[in-house]
Formats: sequence, C-alpha cells, structure tokens
Amino acid sequence: MLNLNISSSPKPTAFTEDKLWDLIVVGGGPGGLNGALYAKRKGLDVGIIAKDIGGQLLNTTDVDNYLGYTMIEGEALSHKFHDHLKHLEVPIHQDKTVKSLQKNNQDFTLTLSDGNTLRAKTVLIATGGVPRKLGIPGEKEFSNKGVSYCTTCDAPFFKDKHVVVAGGGNSAAEAILDLAQWASKITVVHRSQWRADQVLLDKIHALDNVTIHLESQLKEVFGHNVMRGVKAYDKVNDKDFIVETDGLFIEIGNIPNSELIASLVETNDAGEVIVNPNQQTSLKGLYAAGDVTAQPHKQIIISTAEGAKAALSINQYLNNDYILKENNNV
Amino acid sequence: MSKLLPDDVKEQIRQILSTMQNPIKILYFSENEGNCQTCSETKELLSAIEGINDKVTLIEKDRNTDKEDAEKYGITMAPSFVLLDDNETYKGVKFNGIPAGHEINSFISALLEMAGTPIEIDEATKKRIAAIKNKVNIKVFITLSCPHCPGAVQNAHRLSMLNDNIEGEMIEAQTFQAISQKYDVSGVPKIVINDKHELVGNQPLETILDQIEAL
Ligand SMILES: Cc1cc2nc3c(=O)[nH]c(=O)nc-3n(C[C@H](O)[C@H](O)[C@H](O)COP(=O)(O)OP(=O)(O)OC[C@H]3O[C@@H](n4cnc5c(N)ncnc54)[C@H](O)[C@@H]3O)c2cc1C
Repeated sequence: MLNLNISSSPKPTAFTEDKLWDLIVVGGGPGGLNGALYAKRKGLDVGIIAKDIGGQLLNTTDVDNYLGYTMIEGEALSHKFHDHLKHLEVPIHQDKTVKSLQKNNQDFTLTLSDGNTLRAKTVLIATGGVPRKLGIPGEKEFSNKGVSYCTTCDAPFFKDKHVVVAGGGNSAAEAILDLAQWASKITVVHRSQWRADQVLLDKIHALDNVTIHLESQLKEVFGHNVMRGVKAYDKVNDKDFIVETDGLFIEIGNIPNSELIASLVETNDAGEVIVNPNQQTSLKGLYAAGDVTAQPHKQIIISTAEGAKAALSINQYLNNDYILKENNNV
Repeated sequence: MSKLLPDDVKEQIRQILSTMQNPIKILYFSENEGNCQTCSETKELLSAIEGINDKVTLIEKDRNTDKEDAEKYGITMAPSFVLLDDNETYKGVKFNGIPAGHEINSFISALLEMAGTPIEIDEATKKRIAAIKNKVNIKVFITLSCPHCPGAVQNAHRLSMLNDNIEGEMIEAQTFQAISQKYDVSGVPKIVINDKHELVGNQPLETILDQIEAL
C-alpha cells in the first residue's frame, strides 16, 4: 500500500504576495481543513498554513464513527478532505509552521518557520494537540527504547512480545486492538475506569491475551539500556505491583497545541483555548476550533463542525464588525 | 497493472514527476541467492516508476554477483538501491528496503531533488551543511506505517545531496530485523549518525546538523 501525501499542485505563490488575507487558518487537521472549506465557499480569501495535512488522522488506523463511512483509514479520510480543498482551490502552505502571532490594531501578523510573515484580518487556530506524557521516572530515558506514543509506527517491533498500554479512553482502546495483531500479551494499566466506547471494549474483552488493571497508576519505567518493566500502584488494594514488559504504549490523551496564542487569549487550566458559541476566542478576530479548544469531546466530526462554525462566524464578523470599524476610521 | 500502484496513485505520481528536470538513474541491488522477501515488490515499484517517467532509468544488479558495484556503493543488504544524478554521480542517497506505505513520500521527493528540483533550505543552513568536512553516515530506521518517518529520511537525503561527505540511508526496520536489533530500534524514526550517535523522532534538520557539527 502507498500513502502518497505529496501534492502535485505547484507551490502556492499566494503566500509570497504582500497582501491582507481575509482569513489564515493555522493547522491541517479536520478542524482547519473544514474551516477553510466553509470560508472559501463564503467567498473569503483564505489560506492554510499547516505542518502536515491530516493532523492526528495520520496516526489513526481505523475511523468508524465519521458519518457516511462505516470504516475508513484515518489517512484515507484525510486524503478525501485534502482532495475536497484542492477541488475548491484553497491555497495550502504545507510543511510550514506558524512561529508567532501578533495583533496590530484590527489585523494579525503571522511569522512562519521560514521567517516569512503574513497579514490577515482574521485567524483560525486549529492546531489540535500532541500526545500527553505520563511524567514519571524512566519515561523519558526509555522513550523509543520501549516507550512509545505512536502505535501505528512502532507496533511491529513488539511482535510476540509483552506490552503495557497506559490509558483507558478510545485511543488506548484502539492501541490495544492494533497491538493485539502483533504482541503476544497486552497488559492495560489505567488510573480510573474505562472511558472508551462500548463497541471497542467488546472487541477488547473478546481477546484472550489482555490483562486489565483499572484504578492503577503507573509510577516508574525501569530497565537497563532498554526498558524491562513498569512499576504501578493498585489504588483499590493499596499496593504496588510490577509488570515485566518489553514496551509501554502511552495513550492518555493530548495536550493542546495552544502555546502560539496562550498569552493572547483566555485558556483553562489544561491550556485549552476558551471559545464562545461562535468559536471566537477572547481576542476579537481570533477564532479556534477542534482539539485545541476547551470542548471536552475530542473527535473528528466535532473538530470539523467547529471549523465550519468558526468560518461562518468569521464571515459574519468580516461583513459586520470588521468593515463597520474600517468605515468608522475613515 | 500492478496491485502495488493503483491507477489513481500512478496518475498522481506521473503528475508530480512531470516536473523532473534532469535524467537520473536508480541502481537497484537484488539478491538471487538467499530469500529476499521484498525484492520482487521493490523491483515492481521501481519498474513502475521507470515506466511512468522517461527521465528515470532503472539498472538492476545482484549484490552477490555484481560485487564490485555493491562494494562501490556500500551495499550490504538487499533489496537496496541508490540514486545517481545526471552525471552518474552517487550523492549518498540510499534506500534499504522498499519505500512503500508512507515512505513513498521520501522516495518521490528524493527523485525530484536528485533530478534538479531546488531543495527548499535557507542559504544560511546550506552554508553550514557545505562546511562539513568529515565523513558522515546517517541511518534512518523506519516502518512503512509511520507517518513521521518520511520527513526524517528526507532530511538525511537532503544533507547528503548538499554535501558529498554525507551519506543518508533509509533502513526499513521490519525487512532488516537483525540490523534493527543491533541498533536497538524499538521506535521510529530512529536516526543513527556514524553508527553511534542516536537521535529519536523526526528531528528538525538543524538538530541533525548540530549533532553532526559536534562530531
Ligand atoms: C490514535 C488516535 C485515534 C483516534 N481515533 C478517532 C476516531 O476513530 N474517531 C474520531 O472521531 N476521532 C478520533 N481521534 C481524535 C481525532 O483525530 C481528533 O479529534 C481530530 O484529529 C482533531 O482535529 P484538529 O483539526 O482539531 O487537530 P489535529 O488533528 O491535531 O490537527 C492539528 C493540525 O495543526 C497542525 N499544527 C499544529 N501546530 C501548528 C503550527 N504552529 N503551525 C502550523 N500547523 C500547526 C498540525 O500539524 C496538524 O495539521 C483519534 C485520535 C488519535 C490520536
């Protein structure tokens, strides 16, 4: 199978022009792509700056809860999204990151990783999240020496081995099901109760090589050169236990990629961006959608929907607020 | 034709490769004796690419019988192939194992850049790369299901295209399990410089460069 991701379209020149964009979308995941799609259809001059196209979809094996697809690979879905945007001729600046963002008067200046700057009337932040770490001794030391945050990447190294999965949400459940095709034995350690969907849990309970420790907290990763095992604490029985294992897959959710705007807008304790029902942040003209926001359900369809809401609100803002102000200034 | 390259992907690749400027060669080493599991697939992919664009010429060798060539290009496993530019010069761009799955992206990008597509790196960094005087070998271990790996392979290949002292090789970890175990690979991408300095994850080009400069 081939996962071709290079675009055949010539490098978008739109990004080298000196102009004031209606909207710059930051992020190429479901939220950003759908935001740009809606904005384009409203006739806005919109461009996307994205480190990659697909975001977390690229790490997802199977998606079976996106309306219209009983089952589709995460990456295949991202290709469908990308094709849709190409069809609408939305300019995408791929492999670029936004390094900083500033508001001057009404407008925004974005500085990119290549040093270039862009100016925009509005900005949509859809930068999603990156895997959360456990923050326990040994985790960093044995990172990529047994400790992994990417099941699709690293599962093949654990063929016929024993692995531990940390976490109890949907991504952990999917990791368990992915790993079950390779590993001889899987031990799940999760600090509370399952939060994963029942359909996934049913599949897990049908496996005969999975041991589950709920209400158990991982305390330490140990080993010598490579990891040998983990130490955990069983909260119910108030005692420590040790699991000898070759690998630890950490699937305990994400931390939001909000550093870019953290000093500009209101965020919650988890660093998630707080938005109003129109996806607007506390800073006028700056919007956020998807996993980077404070909504609790991190899902593809919710991110795409938030992207759409943001774009429609942005269109309203540009038609009403933005232009009115300009006229007032004249 | 082939199950490896469905028609729509083939068409996409055709369009992307249509911007190739100079002719290039793929020197592919298979292995007739022994049981090279992915040789036939690799050859199928490379032949398909040759058929898609007439600037690509595929030359097949056997790593055991064409010893001289195998030695010249430092071929130690099969399937393995190197790219040669329009002067038939080896710039250090090597793939060990089939660049399928996500890795098709680093392969296509290496083809384009070997054929003259300008490498998008700023001038200051290019100067740093050009200044490297000692011999550097960069191994990038990958799996075909790893979305972050092509970026790491691309970085290694770009470094080698920009400096003749640098060689960059992709190693597909599942095909070459013994060597992966030797280098303790249990997570990808894993970058190993001159067989001893390790970097984990898809590091920015600058980080790899820092490491090389510190050698
Ligand atoms: C293993 C796994 C399995 C999952 N399975 C499912 C599932 O089955 N169903 C489901 O509905 N959801 C699933 N999810 C969740 C779903 O993938 C996310 O909710 C969704 O991808 C969030 O979309 P997003 O656009 O908000 O962010 P992301 O997908 O995280 O995308 C963020 C984008 O922003 C880019 N970016 C970040 N910072 C910058 C910057 N500074 N400059 C430029 N670009 C930047 C990133 O490169 C990326 O392109 C899964 C997640 C994981 C990890």
